[in-house]
Amino acid sequence: MIFDWQPVWLTLKLAGVSTLILLVIGTPIAWWLARSTNWYKQIISAVVALPLVLPPTVLGFYLLIMLGPEGPVGRLTQSLGLGTLPFTFGGLVVASVIYSMPFVVQPLHNAFQSLGQRPVEVAATLRASPWDRFMTVVIPLARPGFLTAAVLSFAHTIGEFGVVLMIGGNIPGVTKVLSVAIYDHVETLEYGQAHLLAAGLLAFSFVVLLALYLLNGRLNRNHQP
Amino acid sequence: MSSIEISLQSQLGDFNLDVSFETPARGVTALFGRSGSGKTSVLRAVAGLVKTPQGLVRVNDEVWQDENRFRPAHRRPLGYVFQEASLFPHLSVRRNLEYGWRRVPEQERQIPFHDVVELLGIGTLLQRTTQSLSGGERQRIAIARALLTSPRLLLMDEPLSALDHGAKQTILPYLESLHDEFTIPSLYVSHDPNEVARLADRMVVLEQGKVIAKGDAATILTRLDLPLAGYDDAASLLEGTVSSHDHTYHLTWISTHGGRIAVAREDLPVGRRARVQIQARDVSLSLRAHSDTSIINILPAKVIDTHDISQTQMLVRLEMDDGQTLLSRITRRSALGMGIREGMHLYAQVKSVALLS
Repeated sequence: MIFDWQPVWLTLKLAGVSTLILLVIGTPIAWWLARSTNWYKQIISAVVALPLVLPPTVLGFYLLIMLGPEGPVGRLTQSLGLGTLPFTFGGLVVASVIYSMPFVVQPLHNAFQSLGQRPVEVAATLRASPWDRFMTVVIPLARPGFLTAAVLSFAHTIGEFGVVLMIGGNIPGVTKVLSVAIYDHVETLEYGQAHLLAAGLLAFSFVVLLALYLLNGRLNRNHQP
Repeated sequence: MSSIEISLQSQLGDFNLDVSFETPARGVTALFGRSGSGKTSVLRAVAGLVKTPQGLVRVNDEVWQDENRFRPAHRRPLGYVFQEASLFPHLSVRRNLEYGWRRVPEQERQIPFHDVVELLGIGTLLQRTTQSLSGGERQRIAIARALLTSPRLLLMDEPLSALDHGAKQTILPYLESLHDEFTIPSLYVSHDPNEVARLADRMVVLEQGKVIAKGDAATILTRLDLPLAGYDDAASLLEGTVSSHDHTYHLTWISTHGGRIAVAREDLPVGRRARVQIQARDVSLSLRAHSDTSIINILPAKVIDTHDISQTQMLVRLEMDDGQTLLSRITRRSALGMGIREGMHLYAQVKSVALLS
C-alpha cells in the first residue's frame, strides 16, 4: 500500500494560505466591529457569522454560481485574463476564506473588546500614532486572540468538505484535499487508506487544539494586570 | 503669551459642558469639583482624547485646537497620568518608561531619563515586571513615564484616588518635588481639598459642567460662598518664607508679611518659600493679644465676613495684614459674646499648623 501524501500537502497549503489571508483581512474587520458604534455594524456581524449556520453546500453553491463563467465575479476574473476560479486551488482559497471568516473575526473581536480603550489612549498620550499603537500595544495585548483565531481557522479549513466538493471538485494535486480523499477511499472501499487519513486527521486536530488551550492558559496567566 | 487657555463646549446626553478659563503656564492649576462635575471630561478634551464640537485649547503660543484645527492626542506634547496607573502589562517597567521617551525626537527631550528615575525613586524597579509592583509604585512609574515625554503640559486625573492612605502619603512628596524640580505647568483634577491645598497654586472649581469659581488656591479654598469652606476640614493656606530656626525649642519660623508662624523644626534652608495649612477648627479668636497663653502663633487680623455652617458653629473669614486669608471656626455663641462684626480687628490664635512644602 503506497501512502499518497499529495492530499496532505495540499490540505496544509490550503489551510496555511487561507489562514494568512484571513488574519490580514479579518483583523481590520474585527477592529472595526469592536470600535464602531454604527448601527450597521450589526449587519456586518451577522454577515460574517453566516458561515457558522449555513450548510456548506449552500455556501458552495452560491460561490460556484458567483465565481462561475456566468457569475459576476467570474466575468470579472475572465475579463482580467485570470480565467474562472471554480475547480482551481485559487477558488478553494477564496471559498475557505469566506467559510472560515467567523473563526478569525470572532476571537479577534472579543480580544479587542476586552482590551478596552485605556491602553490605546495611554499610548496616544505617549506620542504613538494610530498605526504605532496598533502594532505595539493592541497586537501584543490581543495575542491570545490572534493565536486562537489562527489555530481555529487553520483547523477549520482542514476539516472543510462540503464547500470544497462544490467548488473544487476532486482533482488530484489541485483540489483533492484530505477530507475529499477520505470520502474517495470510502467510496472505493479502501478502508485501510481511509482509516489512515481519518485517524491522522483526528490526532492532528486534537493535538492542535490541546496546544492552543495550553498556550492560551499560559498567556492569560502572564497577562494578569 | 505664557498662559494656557481652555474653552470647551459640548453636549453629551443631558450633560452640558461649558468651561472656559485661562491660567498662567506655570505651577499647578487644580480642576476641582465633585464626581460628575466634568473635571475629567475637560482633561480628556485638552488631551485630544475626545473631540468637543467647539473648543479652544492653547498652550503658550501653540494652538492645539480651535474652530479649524484639531491636533490628535499623539501630536500634542503633553503628559497624561490616569487615575489607574494603566501600565502596559506586556512590557517591563523599563520598557514602559521608554515607550514615550523613544517616541520623542532626541533634540526635544528636555528631561534626562536619569533625573526622572531618581526624582521618583524608581531606580530599583526598572527590571521588574509591572505585575510585581504595589499600587503606589505603579503610579510612580506612570508619572515618570508621562514626564519622560518632556511634556509642555502635564495632565493628572486624580492620580492618588485609587491608592490607599499610606501610598497616597508616600506619593504626595514626589508630586510636590516634581513641581519644584521641573517647570512644567500642570492641570490637576481632584475632589480632595487637602490634596489641592498641598499641591495647587490656582484652582478652577467646576459644578455640573460649569466653572463656578477660579483664582488663587488660597483665596478659593477660603471663600465662604463656595461649598469648599463648608467642609468639616475647611482650611486656609498661607504663603511665607523660612526666616529662622530655633535650636533651643526645636522650631522653624516662617515669616509672612502678616506675622510670624512657628512650626515644628524642619530642615529647610532659610529664605525658602514655605506653604502652611491651617485648619479652621484650630483657629480661635481673641480681642487682645494674650501673652499668658500656651499658644505661640498669634496673628493680628481683620474680619471680612462670616458664614453659619450649622446652628452651633460658624466660619469667620479673616484678612491678615498682608492680605492673606485665614479661616476660623468658632461657635455662634462666642461670636455673639465677642460682638464679631465685619471690619473688626482681633487676634487669631492658631493652635496647630501643618507645613506643606
